[in-house]
Amino acid sequence: MKVLVAVKRVIDYNVKARVKADQTGVDLSNVKMAMNPFCEIAVEEAVRLKERGVATEVVVVSIGPKAAQEQIRTALALGADKGVHVETDVEVEALAVAKLLKAVVEKEQPGLIILGKQSIDTDNNQTGQMLAALCGYGQATFASEVTVSGDKVEVTREVDGGLRTVALKLPAIVTTDLRLNEPRYASLPNIMKAKKKPLETVSPADLGVDVTPRLKTLKVVEPAKRSAGIKVASVEELVSKLKNEAKVI
Amino acid sequence: MSVLVIAEHDNVSLKGATLNIIAAAKKIGGDIDVLVAGEGCGAVAQAAAAAEGVKKVLVADNAAYGHQLAENVAALVAEKGKGYSHILACASTTGKDVLPRVAALLDSQQISEIIGVESSDTFQRPIYAGNAIATVQSSDAIKVITVRPTAFDPVAATGGAAAVEAIADAKDAGVSSFVKDEMAKSDRPELGGASIVISGGRGMQNGDNFEMLYRVADKLGAAVGASRAAVDAGFVPNDMQVGQTGKIVAPQLYVAVGISGAIQHLAGMSGSKVIVAINKDEEAPIFQVADYGLVADLFEAVPALEAELNKVL
Ligand SMILES: Cc1cc2nc3c(=O)[nH]c(=O)nc-3n(C[C@H](O)[C@H](O)[C@H](O)COP(=O)(O)OP(=O)(O)OC[C@H]3O[C@@H](n4cnc5c(N)ncnc54)[C@H](O)[C@@H]3O)c2cc1C
Ligand SMILES: Nc1ncnc2c1ncn2[C@@H]1O[C@H](COP(=O)(O)O)[C@@H](O)[C@H]1O
Repeated sequence: MKVLVAVKRVIDYNVKARVKADQTGVDLSNVKMAMNPFCEIAVEEAVRLKERGVATEVVVVSIGPKAAQEQIRTALALGADKGVHVETDVEVEALAVAKLLKAVVEKEQPGLIILGKQSIDTDNNQTGQMLAALCGYGQATFASEVTVSGDKVEVTREVDGGLRTVALKLPAIVTTDLRLNEPRYASLPNIMKAKKKPLETVSPADLGVDVTPRLKTLKVVEPAKRSAGIKVASVEELVSKLKNEAKVI
Repeated sequence: MSVLVIAEHDNVSLKGATLNIIAAAKKIGGDIDVLVAGEGCGAVAQAAAAAEGVKKVLVADNAAYGHQLAENVAALVAEKGKGYSHILACASTTGKDVLPRVAALLDSQQISEIIGVESSDTFQRPIYAGNAIATVQSSDAIKVITVRPTAFDPVAATGGAAAVEAIADAKDAGVSSFVKDEMAKSDRPELGGASIVISGGRGMQNGDNFEMLYRVADKLGAAVGASRAAVDAGFVPNDMQVGQTGKIVAPQLYVAVGISGAIQHLAGMSGSKVIVAINKDEEAPIFQVADYGLVADLFEAVPALEAELNKVL
C-alpha cells in the first residue's frame, strides 16, 4: 500500500508572529520557517507504517513556493521515498489545496492519506476533511492511534469529551493530533541520502486546478494586548484581591 | 439572507454552545433555522425550538447520524444547506470534523473559528495562534463558517417557539463506522462553559498531584484544564488540553499553576477576564499576561490556597 502525506511550510512554531505595520498580513521576511508540526507527525506515522511492513512506499507532497522543497527534503530525510512539489507563489486556500491534493491522489492512487489536523499559521483545520469530501473517502480527524488491518483502518480520535474510535474503508484520510507519535530527528547520513531521492515538480495548471482565492483579507491586526498586572506577596493577598478587587470568587 | 445553524448535542441534550452560535447567526441577520442530526434526539430538537430567535428546527433522527459520522452528517448538511446563505457550526471537535466536508461539497472556502461578525460577508478570526486577527471577506455564494462560542454571548435558552420539522432521508455513505467511545467522566463543569478554570502544567509533576487542583476547583465550582506538556506526560486526559490546538476557554477567572505560558497555551486562555499565575520562576512568560502573579512553589501555594478559600468562602 502506498501512503501519501501532505506537508506544509509554515513559520517555525517557536517564532512569535509579528503583524506588518501596514496591516496587510504577518511579516515573514527573515523569519525561520519549518515543516508544520502536525505534518511532522504525519510523516512519522507514514514512515512507521512502512517500517512495520504495512506501507510499501511513502510519497510526500507540498504545495507552495520553491522554498517548500526544503520541507519535502526534510520529509525524505525522515524516510519518505518520493516527493511531489506543486509549485506556486499564490497563497493557496484550503479548498484549492484539497483540489490539488485530489489530483495528486488520482495520479498516485494511495491507500491511505495522512495530513496534519491544522496548519499553525492559518489555523484552518480544513484540508483533510475537504480532501475526503472531494474524493468521497472516509475521514478520521485528530488521530491519536492508527491501526491498518486488511482493507480497513481503525483510528482513535481525540474529541472534546475524550476518545472516539472509528473504522474506515480504505482508501481513507487521517489527520494527525499531537499524541499520535513523537517524530524522530533526521540523521546526517539520511539528510545526505534525501538529496538523491526523486522529487517531481508540477504546477496547479498542470493539475487543472484554479487556485484563485475566494477570501479577501481586508486587514490583519494585533490582538488587544493584555498588560501584566501585579505580583502578590502571598496566597492571602491573592484571595483577598480576587474576592474584593476583581470580584471573581 | 438565511442562516442554518448545526446543533451541537449528544442526542440527549442540546449543548449550551449552540446558543452562542445562534447569537453569531443573529449578528449576520436573516432567518435562523437549526438542524439537529442525531439518533433519538427529539429532546434536543425541542430544546433548539425553545431557543431565542430560531424560526424552524429541522430534525434528522436516524441511526446514520447517531455518532455524528462526518461522512453522513456532512452529506445531509450540504444538501439541506443549499437553500441558505450561511451555514454555521460550533468550532468544537464535531463542528471542525463535519463542516469543512460540507464546505468542499458546496465548493465554498470555509471560514474557521470566527470571533467577530462585521457584516454578512466579512468576519474576524484569529490566525498564528491568536498572535494576529484577520478580517476576511468571502465571495462564496454559501458562506460556511465555524464559530468560536466564547466570542459570542449566548441567546436565551427559552422563550422561543420554533416549528419542528422532521427530515426523513438518511444518508449513509457506507465508508465509516463507529467502534467505541472512551469518554472522560467528570462531575465538574465543562471547560468551554465554566466561569472559573484552574489548569495545571508540567510543574504538577504527575497525575496524582492534580488532586490538589481538583480540591480547589470543587471549592470554586471550577473546571480543570491542563497544558499540552501535562497531557503529553499522561498526567491527565487529552480533552483537558487548553490552547491553540486544544480547547479555547474564556472564563471570568483562569488560574495557571506550574504553566510557563507558551504562545500555544496563551492562545487558548488569553481571552479570560482575570488571569492568575502561580509559578516558581518569576521570569515565566505567563506573568506577562497575568493580572495577579504569585511567585511560589505550587506544592506550598496550592494547599495554602485551598485552606484560605475554606476560610473566606
Ligand atoms: C503544534 C503545537 C501545538 C501546541 N498546542 C498546545 C496547546 O494547545 N496547549 C498547550 O498548552 N501547549 C501547546 N503546545 C506546547 C507548548 O509549546 C508548550 O510546550 C507547553 O504549553 C508547555 O507546557 P507547560 O507550561 O506545562 O510546561 P513548561 O514549559 O515545561 O513549564 C512548566 C512551568 O512550571 C513551573 N514549575 C515547575 N515546578 C514548579 C513548582 N514546584 N511550583 C511552581 N511552578 C513550577 C516552571 O517554572 C515552568 O514555568 C503546542 C506545541 C506545538 C508545537
Ligand atoms: N500548502 C499545503 N501543502 C501541503 N499540505 C498542506 C498545505 N496546506 C495544508 N496542507 C495539509 O493540510 C493540513 C491541515 O491544514 P489546514 O487545513 O490549512 O489547517 C496540514 O497539516 C497539511 O497536512
